[in-house]
Amino acid sequence: MDFQLSEDQRALRSGVRELLAGRFGRDRMRAVLDRGEGAGRELWGELGAAGFFALRLPEDEGGVGLGLPEAVLLFEEAGRVLLPGPLVGTHLAAGAVKGAAEGRAAVAVAYDDGFREGVGRDGGGGRVADLADADALLVLGRGEDVRVLTGEPLRALVRAARPVRSLDPLTPLHRVASPAGRGDPLPADAVRLRGEAAVLTAAEQLGSAARTLEMAVQHAREREQFGAPIGSFQAVKHLCAQMLTRVETARVAVYAAAVTADAVEIAGAKLLADEAAVGNARDCLQVHGGMGFTWEADVHLHLKRAWVRAARSLTAAEAEEILAGDLGRAEPPGRAPGARV
Amino acid sequence: MDLAYTEEEEEFRARLREWLASVLPGLPAKPSPDDWPARRAYDTHWQRTLYDAGYAGLHWPPDAGGRGATPTQHLIFLEETERAGAPYVGANFVGLLHAGPTIAAEGTAAQRARWLPPVLRGDEIWCQGFSEPDAGSDLAALRTRAVRDGDDYVVSGSKIWTSHAEVADWCELLVRTDPAAPKHRGISWLAMPMDAPGVTVRPLRTLAGSTEFAEMFLDEVRVPLSHRVGAENDGWRVTMVTLSFERGTAFVGEVVACRRTLDELAAAARANGRWDDPVLRRRLGGLNAEFRALWRLTQWNVSEAQRSGGVPGTGGSVFKLRYSRARQELYGAAAEVLGADGLDLDREWVLDRLSSLSYTIAAGTSEIQRNIVAERILGLPKGR
Repeated sequence: MDFQLSEDQRALRSGVRELLAGRFGRDRMRAVLDRGEGAGRELWGELGAAGFFALRLPEDEGGVGLGLPEAVLLFEEAGRVLLPGPLVGTHLAAGAVKGAAEGRAAVAVAYDDGFREGVGRDGGGGRVADLADADALLVLGRGEDVRVLTGEPLRALVRAARPVRSLDPLTPLHRVASPAGRGDPLPADAVRLRGEAAVLTAAEQLGSAARTLEMAVQHAREREQFGAPIGSFQAVKHLCAQMLTRVETARVAVYAAAVTADAVEIAGAKLLADEAAVGNARDCLQVHGGMGFTWEADVHLHLKRAWVRAARSLTAAEAEEILAGDLGRAEPPGRAPGARV
Repeated sequence: MDLAYTEEEEEFRARLREWLASVLPGLPAKPSPDDWPARRAYDTHWQRTLYDAGYAGLHWPPDAGGRGATPTQHLIFLEETERAGAPYVGANFVGLLHAGPTIAAEGTAAQRARWLPPVLRGDEIWCQGFSEPDAGSDLAALRTRAVRDGDDYVVSGSKIWTSHAEVADWCELLVRTDPAAPKHRGISWLAMPMDAPGVTVRPLRTLAGSTEFAEMFLDEVRVPLSHRVGAENDGWRVTMVTLSFERGTAFVGEVVACRRTLDELAAAARANGRWDDPVLRRRLGGLNAEFRALWRLTQWNVSEAQRSGGVPGTGGSVFKLRYSRARQELYGAAAEVLGADGLDLDREWVLDRLSSLSYTIAAGTSEIQRNIVAERILGLPKGR
């Protein structure tokens, strides 16, 4: 057993971190935010060229031939820098939707887990992110059904949808009627795809949680009050220490879920990563004091994105029910020789 | 990132399982928690059984009489012994996990030859004389003094929270040998015989009603200079070397046991109808995530230690903070499942609920652990 990043995985992670620092640094993120636009096709193409979407496709299909653990490392880095756009959908659709693997197509996701009727002014429908600029919509239903909407079915859905003033300024949202039964069925394992969507979303949450911890620690070292850096005060220290325990607990849960791809383990990973991303953003905001409550500080963007991610692809209630259902039935960890729990 | 065990590791597990299945049925009945002589006999018998089968001191280096097992093998050993319901390390804890490794790392050849074999065989029990009434988590504030007199130190002071003191043969004792030095610098590490004149042990009763530990009074106790491990006034460093080793695997068996308790709680809740309460059900589900992650964190820390040649990383404090809270929440959930039965001391889990209260205090309170994490891992400035 060697539950640590391999040399190749470390190299991949630092390569992606470098790439994102160059292509989607803070200045560009703030520019996207202030223009109120998407990050653009150019960035999507650059991510595609870097293998972001084709990472898990076999090499003879133009992919990189890596696995879910490597994909998780990429999504963790994306979460650190608040990379916007339908990353999960495009990644999952690589190989199934034309152009997705290369980043020429953007693929949004509808988690069709019980849309309410109608999309009128009074509510209804479901929330779909990054819909307006999408070339395709991947519909992950509760059952076995996985569909892809492109062309006219997609345009019809978008016409009938209502734009929502999104909580997260970097995640445009639409209220959409249930797309169930529309578009083309995708010959894919729906359970596997939903699990992968959850673990990749959890990885973004992990990256965000790690980043807000860094932001809090940096601020606590530099900001002086009462003649000393605030990081020397025990109350601030303890907030930061709690943030680290959230990150490290979520990290091992997310990595293990990527290795095992087990449904219960994925539920645990999503639950803990949501808790880490939301909890750390809130604590980071607190450490920043009044500054943290301003638009200029990035921490609110992490918090808002964390809330958006927590509300999709396995909510806390869904994850906890899956985890509860496992109790008293499964073998406890490590019980069977070599068990991949 | 790989969670699969190697073929050698699987073979080790299989042999261990087979051996456990062969010896456990023949073990004597577990003694009452307050019967210390019986507990000593039970725990040392188990240690002797391990020794005879070649499992004693698994993680000790071979030149100290150990088996030189990898951290992963040690993990498997702790996991499998807990799973099989084998006795816990018990009264052998300090000797095997603390004093022994300290002597192995820092002792002279003569000291290793004198003290290590009896620990492995289960012939001698050690206790830990670190904490003092006025120096708990602030360990370096200890005041017990040792003054040289010829070939001896003369030791006076008092210690507290000393587990197994009533039945121990030796005490790993931290004493102040230079009162004028800065508080971390003037400390030495001594092996004190518990039957030396001037040693008085008085049991302490815990809030759970048991006598888990004792206070110890030292009145001009003579300890030979040759019983000092490491240089004079270098005892703090000697102690820190071994304290960190304890962290990686200290709670392996407990995490496995907690996961089993969680399964039992779910079964009990299903049986008594409490399972229909979605709040309680979700709470148990959340604890499942917590203990699964703690198990993964253990594997992560052990893998890190294995890569660095056995030196544990910084994950220990993070683990302890999270685990001590999770354990208390587990037994809080048990009280929810039990309802009014949770007020009955004879019901399962109720004593465990009480004892879980010590987890955020023992071995450095959670507050001190957070300071350690903030200063040593995150690099925040020291407080004034």
